Amino acid sequence: MIALLLRDLRLAMRAGGGFGLGLAFFLIVVTLVPFGVGPQGGLLATIAPGILWLGALLACLLSLDRILALDWEDGSLDLLATAPLPMEAVVSVKALAHWLTTGLPLVLATPVFGLLLSLPSKGYAPLLLSLLLGTPALSVIGTFGAALTVGLKRGGLLLSLLVLPLYVPTLIFGAEMARRGVDGLDYSTPLLMVAGITCGTIALLPFASAAVLRVNLR
Amino acid sequence: MSLEVNDLSIARGGVRVLEGVSFTLAPGRALVLRGPNGIGKTTLLRTVAGLQPPVSGTVEAEAESLVYAGHSDGIKATLSVAENLNFWAQVFGRKDISPALKAFDLAPLANRAAGMLSAGQKRRLGLARLLVTGRPVWVLDEPTVSLDREAVAMFAQVVGAHLAAGGSALLATHIELGLEGAETLELAPYRARAAEVDDFDEAFL
Repeated sequence: MIALLLRDLRLAMRAGGGFGLGLAFFLIVVTLVPFGVGPQGGLLATIAPGILWLGALLACLLSLDRILALDWEDGSLDLLATAPLPMEAVVSVKALAHWLTTGLPLVLATPVFGLLLSLPSKGYAPLLLSLLLGTPALSVIGTFGAALTVGLKRGGLLLSLLVLPLYVPTLIFGAEMARRGVDGLDYSTPLLMVAGITCGTIALLPFASAAVLRVNLR
Repeated sequence: MSLEVNDLSIARGGVRVLEGVSFTLAPGRALVLRGPNGIGKTTLLRTVAGLQPPVSGTVEAEAESLVYAGHSDGIKATLSVAENLNFWAQVFGRKDISPALKAFDLAPLANRAAGMLSAGQKRRLGLARLLVTGRPVWVLDEPTVSLDREAVAMFAQVVGAHLAAGGSALLATHIELGLEGAETLELAPYRARAAEVDDFDEAFL
């Protein structure tokens, strides 16, 4: 399992691995929004948590079809399916590698991007915490979507359509947590909801992804 | 350690292709599958490898004894030859890749990115993976595609050594490898007569 994780991380770092893809997209969204909204600091500060969450979600979506499609194309997925690793472990490791290369860099870059959107200083901690708790769910749900669409040519559109509704709860509670933080309110309820969604998806979805993948590999 | 296939029927894309296939593969033996294109050699091998369920019949093999090599080699272009092999060795819980590199004459290429290899060299890398897995039963689908004559001889030698060491191999190939202890199974007589599969979910796959 560790070998698979290291391989995926190494592949992401090498040329054409798409490591910076999500981050660059996130940067583009965050720098363009102030131009679109206009130079009103107050308005920007109000919408900043939502924009940052939406940017993170879309950046994550952008790289989802790479999770399994590349391994499918070169035949590694067939070979991994016949290897001693259980399929559930393969999809869990794939999701973890996706989070480490997409979700975690987004979380780490958020303080800088929050500055660009004039996010009030008391909003940073809850926003970071909400992203840190919420983005693993995005990767795990995305892996499930990738497993569903793995054999399809140009499955990216279908993948986005399948995954977006599943992302909505994470987005609602994550952005709500960040918004309450900015307004100085108590944010423990959305925090528990986000954490619960993430724990639930990590516990359950690998089994669904593995089952779907077995059917798709026939 | 032998592989037993009993009265196996298989389907591809909802259409039954082969039925009533039975054979036994004992240690030290090789079985070569022959038959025209589309008869179901690949489907049979994928079924034996456990990648798809049979329509009926059974495949009996000792757990964790099979290794499958299909049409594609599962090579990552941006990793080097040694990194590719090391990855598969670790997945199968083993360490030493040097015998595999040596057997397929890949040692001079060990640090080259796999994407820079020629088609034949890639195939050799894909076949070298079989050696690092340490599994006794090899299930090989057209292993000699894009190999030149010397590489085919190299491959026949490796399979011969594997058989001599008590391993076995199930191959679909059109090339005469000159293996000792190899039998040939002609698949044409097993061609399925009833083409329809009445399994509900097969209709959607």
